[in-house]
Amino acid sequence: MKDLKLNAGIPVKPSYGPEDLAGRDAGADIGRPGEYPFTRGIHRAMYRERLWTMRQYIGFGTPADTNARFKHLMAHGQDALNVAFDLPTQLGLDSDHPRAEGEVGMVGMAADSLADMEEAFAGIPLDRVSVSLTINGMAAPITAMYYAVAEKQGAAADRVVTTPQNDILKEFIARGTWVYPVDPSLRLVADLIEFSARHYPRSNPVSVCGYHIREAGCTTGQEMAYGLAMAAAYVELMLARGMDVDDFAPRISFNFTSWGQIFEEVAKFRAGRRLYARMMRERFGARNPKSWMFRSLIGGGGSAFTVQEPENNIVRGAYIALAAALAGAQTMALPTYDEAYTIPSAKAQLIALRTMQICAEESGAADTVDPLAGSYFLEAITNQMEEKILEELAHVERMGGIVEAVKTGAIQAEVARQAYLFEQKLASGEIKKVGVNCHVGDRPPEADRGVELYTFDPRVAQAQIAKLQRLRHDRDHGAVAAALGRLTDEARGAANLMNPITEAVKSYATLGEIAGAMKTVFGEHKEPVKF
Amino acid sequence: MRILIAKPGLDGHDRGAKVVAQALRDAGVEVVYTGLKRTPEEIVAEAIQEDADVVGLSILSGAHLLLTRRVLDGLRAAGADDIQVVVGGTIPPRDVEPLKALGATAVFPMGTPLTDIVAAFKSRSEVTR
Repeated sequence: MKDLKLNAGIPVKPSYGPEDLAGRDAGADIGRPGEYPFTRGIHRAMYRERLWTMRQYIGFGTPADTNARFKHLMAHGQDALNVAFDLPTQLGLDSDHPRAEGEVGMVGMAADSLADMEEAFAGIPLDRVSVSLTINGMAAPITAMYYAVAEKQGAAADRVVTTPQNDILKEFIARGTWVYPVDPSLRLVADLIEFSARHYPRSNPVSVCGYHIREAGCTTGQEMAYGLAMAAAYVELMLARGMDVDDFAPRISFNFTSWGQIFEEVAKFRAGRRLYARMMRERFGARNPKSWMFRSLIGGGGSAFTVQEPENNIVRGAYIALAAALAGAQTMALPTYDEAYTIPSAKAQLIALRTMQICAEESGAADTVDPLAGSYFLEAITNQMEEKILEELAHVERMGGIVEAVKTGAIQAEVARQAYLFEQKLASGEIKKVGVNCHVGDRPPEADRGVELYTFDPRVAQAQIAKLQRLRHDRDHGAVAAALGRLTDEARGAANLMNPITEAVKSYATLGEIAGAMKTVFGEHKEPVKF
Repeated sequence: MRILIAKPGLDGHDRGAKVVAQALRDAGVEVVYTGLKRTPEEIVAEAIQEDADVVGLSILSGAHLLLTRRVLDGLRAAGADDIQVVVGGTIPPRDVEPLKALGATAVFPMGTPLTDIVAAFKSRSEVTR
C-alpha cells in the first residue's frame, strides 16, 4: 500500500477508529462551538446566524476603475470589499516616481493621496460596508486616508469597520512589500493598532497573514505556527506599550489559506483556533473571551491553481471554498481561475463570487456547525496538527524568535527550502496536479487557453500622473510642508505617528511625501538574501 | 559558469526565483541571487561584477517588457552584451516572442517545468563556454 502524508508531514492511515483518539480529553480539546478553546468555531450557531462575508480581492488601474468594479460585484451580492493596491502604492512611491514606471495601476489601484481614496470609495457608505485594505509597509498612511474618507462621508468612528492588513513580519518573510527596517516597521504596526483601538473600536488594525507565507512555500503546520508566532509578537509589542491585552486583542484577525486538501485544511484551523485561545488566555492573561477568538479570513491559495487547463481552477476553487466553510471561516475570498495569467476579468471575478455563494446557499456546508467534528480521522489529524504546530513554534524559538528569525533571514530560507521540496514532490508525482503531472492529454496551443488577458492601457498611468500633478499644484503648500516637517520630527522621537500622519494626509500630502518624511529618519530595509 | 538570478522592479514574490536558484545550485551551477526590487542599472552592475554568464530575470508584476528592455539596453551600453538574459515569471504566451525580439535568449512562462529551466540554463552554459 502506498505511503501517504499530509502536507504538514503527518502520515495518513487507510482508516481511523476510536483507538486514534485514545488518551485525549475530547471535552477539553473539542468542546462546544462558540466556547473556549473554540476548536469547533468561534460562534455558537456559526452560519445559521450569520454567513461568512464574501470579500473578493479587487483593485486595478485608477481609483475610478476600481470603484466601478467594487460596485459591479456588490450589485451581484458581494457584501464587503478587499482593496488591492499597486506596487508603487504598497512601497510608498508616488505614481510619477521613476521606479513606478510600468507598475502604476498594474496589480492593484494607485493611491497617491487622500483624493484617490475619496474617488475609490465614492458612493460606498463606509459606515455600512466593511473594507479590508491589503497594505502593510504603508498601512499607517493608507489607513489614515481611509479614516479621513470615512470622516468626510460623515461616518461615525465607532461604525467604521476596516481591516488594514498591517502585518509587516509576513512581508519580510514572504511578500516583499517592506520599506523600512524591521524595528521602525514594527513601531508603525503598533502605532496603527494603538490608534485604532482608541479611536476606531470596530476596526481590525492587524490581520495576521499565514496566507502569504504558505503561498511562498511553507507547509500547513508552518503556516499556522508562523501566524501564531507573529500574532504573539504583535501582542508583546502592545503590552510593552502598557496596553491591557483586552484593549486590543479582540480586534486581531487572521488571514490564512485554504489550499486543496480539505481535511488537512479543516484540521489546521481547528488546531490553530485551539492553540490561539490557549495562548491568549494562559500566556497573555486575556480575560475577554473575544480576545481568545481566532477570527479568520480564509482565502484560496492562488498557488494551488495551475496555468495548465485554467478552467480546472474553477473546480479547485469550489473545493477550496468547501474546505474554508467546513473550517469555520468568518470571511472568504477566492482567487480567480485566470489569476496565473492576468489581472482578473470581471467574468472570472464573478465566477469566484458565485462559487462561494453556491457553497453557501446550495451545498449544505453552511447548515450545521463544524459538521466534520467527531470524525475519527478529522479529530486525530487535528490533534496531530496541533503537535506539529507546537514543534514548528519550538523551531521558531530555536531561530531566536520570529523577529530575530526575520532579521537574520533564517525563516525566509526555511520557506524557500520548503518551496523547493514542494517542486520536487510535484516533479516526482508525490503531489498530484490533474492536467499538470497526471492525466495530461493533448495540450491546446500555448496562446489559446481560453483566458481573456487584461490589456494594460498606458493612459491609466498618464491619467494618474496628471491627477497627481494637478493635486500638487492646487493644494496649500504651507500646510503640507508643516505637516511633513512635524512627521519627520516626531519620527525621531517615540510618539505615536498616527496623529502627524493623519495631519499630513488631510493636507493632501502625497503618499510618497509621507513615506519619504519617515524614510529620512528610518532609512530603508536591507534584506538578508538567503535561499 | 555563473548565473545571476535577479528580481527587477517592485514585485516582492520570489518563490520562483529562489526555487530556480536552488535547482541550479543542485545541478552544479554557481548561482547568485540579487534579492528583491533591484533596478535594471543595479542588475547590470551586479552581473558584470559577478562575472555572470547568464542573467535570469524573474518578473511577476506584468512589467516584464519594460524591465527586460532596460536590462538588455544596460548590458549593451556597458559593453557586456555577451551576458545572456533569460526571463521567467508571469509571462503571458503573447509576450514570449516580443521578449525574444528584444534580445532575451529564452523565456520561461508560468507552468514551465523546473527541469526544462535547469536544462536550458545548462545548455546555454555549454554554448557560453
